[in-house]
Amino acid sequence: MRYLYLEKKHLTAFVEHLGKSHKVVVPVKKENLFVFEEFTDAGKMSIDYIPTILPFKKYFSPQHEKLGGFKLGEARMTDLSIEIEPMVIFGAHTCDIDGLECLDHAFHKEPADPYYKKRKKSIVVIGYECMFPCDERTTCVTMDTHVPKAGYDAMITNAGDKYIIHINSGAADDLINGDPIFNNADSGKAKGELHKLRAEKLKKFTVRLKADFKELPEMFKVSYDSHVWEDVGKRCVSCGNCTAVCPTCYCFDVSDDVELDMKAGARTRVWDSCQFDEFAAVAGGENFREERSGRQRHRYYRKFEYPIRKYNKFFCTGCGRCTRTCMAGISLVETINDLAKEWKHD
Amino acid sequence: MISRPVNVTVDGLYSPMEGVIVNTKMMTEKEKFFEIKLEGGKELGHMPGQFVQFSIFGVGEAPISISSSPTKKDKGTFEVCVRNVGVFTSALHKLDVGDKVGVRGPFGKPYPIDEIKGNDLIMVAGGLGIVPLRSLIKFVMDKRRDFGAVTVLLGCKAPKERLFTDEVEEWGNMTDINYACTVDRADPDWKGNVGVITTLIPGVDIDVKRTYAVVVGPPIMYKFVVAELLKKGLQTKQIVLSLERRMKCGLGKCGHCQINDKYVCQDGPTFTYDEIRGLEEAL
Repeated sequence: MRYLYLEKKHLTAFVEHLGKSHKVVVPVKKENLFVFEEFTDAGKMSIDYIPTILPFKKYFSPQHEKLGGFKLGEARMTDLSIEIEPMVIFGAHTCDIDGLECLDHAFHKEPADPYYKKRKKSIVVIGYECMFPCDERTTCVTMDTHVPKAGYDAMITNAGDKYIIHINSGAADDLINGDPIFNNADSGKAKGELHKLRAEKLKKFTVRLKADFKELPEMFKVSYDSHVWEDVGKRCVSCGNCTAVCPTCYCFDVSDDVELDMKAGARTRVWDSCQFDEFAAVAGGENFREERSGRQRHRYYRKFEYPIRKYNKFFCTGCGRCTRTCMAGISLVETINDLAKEWKHD
Repeated sequence: MISRPVNVTVDGLYSPMEGVIVNTKMMTEKEKFFEIKLEGGKELGHMPGQFVQFSIFGVGEAPISISSSPTKKDKGTFEVCVRNVGVFTSALHKLDVGDKVGVRGPFGKPYPIDEIKGNDLIMVAGGLGIVPLRSLIKFVMDKRRDFGAVTVLLGCKAPKERLFTDEVEEWGNMTDINYACTVDRADPDWKGNVGVITTLIPGVDIDVKRTYAVVVGPPIMYKFVVAELLKKGLQTKQIVLSLERRMKCGLGKCGHCQINDKYVCQDGPTFTYDEIRGLEEAL
């Protein structure tokens, strides 16, 4: 829509301005990692960060989400209300914004999820473009998520002496409207500056997968029976960390919690993981993904192959969280590169 | 002005309709039959092959096959038959006439009735498979002239495990369907066939150009029955199966019923063998 300039010293003032009307969540340092937390004071915000422990999917599809209230012995839900808080996510990385687009596909597909729809409408996403790669586990360039394309309300890019802000929605426009800290920028000039910055930035992003964006679906088509899955399965401990931290994993279980008076309760959905032993089990004992190798393969196929057919989009954003969190040392980079080696040799 | 959290009401996609149990019957030691009336006598509006999510608050929700046909005379009720195998089904077994049960659905893709119409049909049920298949068997009997030659083949482990025995006896006496039944292990009173269900197939006269087979049973049965049907000359597109998974939502979201890129709750539970052939996670 339009471009603005912001002096670097005004970044905190920008967040404080947003805080006047909204709850604002920002990246905050927690020990040696980062989390999204409500903004309290500027000293705690870490705008230059590597992906947070949990992606901000926790605000769109909370780990525990009430589906409705009930009374025991009745059949209809008694309460279908949820609490929504108008919120700004400040400092979202482009990989996580891509992850949000994946969730949009999955939850908005008919029949659209009523809970996600309401939450999504109440959240404004203000991105912060990475100018340096996070680490050697980040594959955002291969996944083509290293530059902002869509899915955000506003995007902040560090241009050295100042920030360039791309206003991409009416909601963002309304939020900053009238604040004197912003200066209007000429669109053509700002775009030119961004173009140059991104060409420079790409030189620093050196990690690439050994199969590129176009090759990945082709490779996965023929890798279903690869021995790589056996290797990965042998190491996997089925803890489910990889799916919990994945910005595009959204599978859930449903459980009923009864209050102590044994009269009423709530039905809640809870993040689940296809890595758990019981995930694909049915009544009577049959389990359709009994082996860890098959469950890991399923996870990778749900990122690189099945969603291509369903949504024409990868469900891997290259954020690197699954690799960083895996206690068995399973690396997405290694797994894909092993598959690629096998594929290119055949 | 700071925005405060607000309470908003969501669409009731996960909120069950109210069902009341109007009739029950223990069919065997483990299987119980339920007839359910929806609030206001509302029609369920299903087709054979579909399922519902049954709900008991405090216990949870589970997918249940619909066993009655939409052609049933009393449109205000539908029927299911449930084996007591887990936490949910054991809670359901404790319910009786007058108790309420939550119902969401119907969900899923029905058997391809429009394609089958005008052709011959072989229906094969093993064990509990008769429960979802009964919906189609009854539908076909009520619309008998829409179908060519109809064959019903039933199998179960032992005579005492047979379900819907009164009805099955009637099917056996009908002259416009071919019917055969077998048990894996006989008891002293059993006078019928003994042997696994595949032993019934070679005896069926099949016109491969115009025959569909609908097969419902446990995964192990599919492998053998499908092989036998292919041996008879049926094409993979003419064989229809119904798969069981533990759906948590019925809406293509929760991920539990996924087989490769297919969601059983939406792309199934009925599939042609052609659709799932080669999918390791299917059978």
